[in-house]
Amino acid sequence: MAEPVIVCKGLSKIYDTLEGGTVRALDRIALEIREGELLAVVGPSGCGKSTLLKIFAGLLPKSEGEVSLRGTPVAGPRRDIGVVFQDAVMLPWRTVLDNAMLPADVQDLDRAAYLPRALALLDLVGLKGFEGKYPFELSGGMQQRVAITRALVHDPAVLLMDEPFGALDAMTREQMNLELQRIWLESRKTVLFITHSIPEAVFLGDRVVVMTPRPGRIAEVIEVGHPRPRSLEIMATPEFGRRTAHIRQLLNAGGAID
Amino acid sequence: MKAAEVLRFITRDPGRAIRLRPEIVLIPLVFVLMVGGWEAVVRGLGVSQLILPAPSSIVFALFQGFSNGLLWHGFLVTLQEIILGYVLAAVSAFLLGALISQVRIVEATFYPYIVAFQTLPKIAIAPILLIWVGFGMASKVVIAALVAFFPILVNTIVGLKSTSPDKIDLMRSLAASRWKIFRLVQLPEALPYIFAGLNVGIVLAVLGAIVGEFVGAKAGLGYLILQMNFDMDISGMFAVLVILGLMGIAFHLLVAGIRRRVIFWQKDNANLP
Ligand SMILES: Nc1ncnc2c1ncn2[C@@H]1O[C@H](COP(=O)(O)OP(=O)(O)O)[C@@H](O)[C@H]1O
Ligand SMILES: [Mg+2]
Repeated sequence: MAEPVIVCKGLSKIYDTLEGGTVRALDRIALEIREGELLAVVGPSGCGKSTLLKIFAGLLPKSEGEVSLRGTPVAGPRRDIGVVFQDAVMLPWRTVLDNAMLPADVQDLDRAAYLPRALALLDLVGLKGFEGKYPFELSGGMQQRVAITRALVHDPAVLLMDEPFGALDAMTREQMNLELQRIWLESRKTVLFITHSIPEAVFLGDRVVVMTPRPGRIAEVIEVGHPRPRSLEIMATPEFGRRTAHIRQLLNAGGAID
Repeated sequence: MKAAEVLRFITRDPGRAIRLRPEIVLIPLVFVLMVGGWEAVVRGLGVSQLILPAPSSIVFALFQGFSNGLLWHGFLVTLQEIILGYVLAAVSAFLLGALISQVRIVEATFYPYIVAFQTLPKIAIAPILLIWVGFGMASKVVIAALVAFFPILVNTIVGLKSTSPDKIDLMRSLAASRWKIFRLVQLPEALPYIFAGLNVGIVLAVLGAIVGEFVGAKAGLGYLILQMNFDMDISGMFAVLVILGLMGIAFHLLVAGIRRRVIFWQKDNANLP
């Protein structure tokens, strides 16, 4: 098997609080993200999911342990990652295409060389014909598709997604889950997908990392064997039900769900 | 609405336009009634021209002042003072604001001074500036620049620091340089604030130039007001006020027009003053 894309060992994060105390948000996390997999991380609010993602992205310094991406330690922001946040974070003065091309402008890449790639990706996420529109002309789901395009345009080693569909309504969200699976099947990117929805994690993930809070720990890593492409109907199967029930139990045992 | 849109709206179906937007008729009507009433009162009651001139005498004074070149020359002098002072203020306030917003130690060091200077009534420095810079145009340019400077500076700083943490995180996640974050995110995000400052600034620049001329000058509209006051030429003073009023409106429309073009993505542009 190929080298994992991200490896972290003994990773802890301790925040200083405003009152002068400290809070341990992550506690000795050990995790590998394999080449080409879609790894889902599920856990309740406040269990340290965003903290984990920000450390992987080099946006936040770690307190203890090791993190490396493609064999080099993560010491700060780097060009070979793509991040999708809960909010689409559009730049309203840029067209859809220019928002998608932001990484090229930020990293001084050859625009002409990346333009076909941006156009192809916009087509892939279903936004053909919207290239010249402005973000305020788009729905929330469409904006998030632009955000996914933007995170992929510079061909990063890994796509980090922090509850990307958390702000969408339930129907749009299911649709976006299907879309993401399709995009992932076509692009075969390595994806870290963070969510607090258990069904979403099981539906999307090749593996599901279950996290419990205070301090943030990995309770279990579950292999999801469902063949791809998965349709929304698998959510009604007994196997799917057993997996979600098992995860819910883990979270309850961790005192995560009150 | 832009002027062209308003015009199209009215000409397409005038009856409907007036029903939907009665102010199209009411605004000019109020003007006509006010000016007409003013004329009637002055003439009917025989009010002295030394107290309140009739609108017709003001129009006459305007006409006369422009044909003998007095008002025209004063207008050109004051216009230059305002524009030079305003541009000087805008450019220097923007550059200093950018520096302060980007370099923490500069902000920490200079912010107390800026706050202190801001509370000082800049107009009070005018007599001293006159001694330093002289009675010519330069002193009025400096005074106009000085009073317009602070609102632009403060708005620039606040605007450049108002970028949402999400957008900064996005840029950092792409390994953006400081310059790229400034140029691609902070600056566009600050534009609505900067234009708010520019809007206040232009009013203050006009004020600064006129007050500067009151304190001491050899030419300009403010100088003319003092001269006419001395000569008891009340109609002439009103004529200058009309010019100042029209100039203020023109400046405001200019800044608002540039703003609308630059910040095209803000949907609430239409409702701005
Ligand atoms: N900047 C910060 N300073 C102090 N505590 C923080 C900070 N950011 C997050 N935390 C704390 O760390 C824990 C994990 O936060 P977070 O990673 O955002 O969780 P999640 O994304 O799973 O909801 C929470 O208890 C939160 O209050
Ligand atoms: Mg979070």
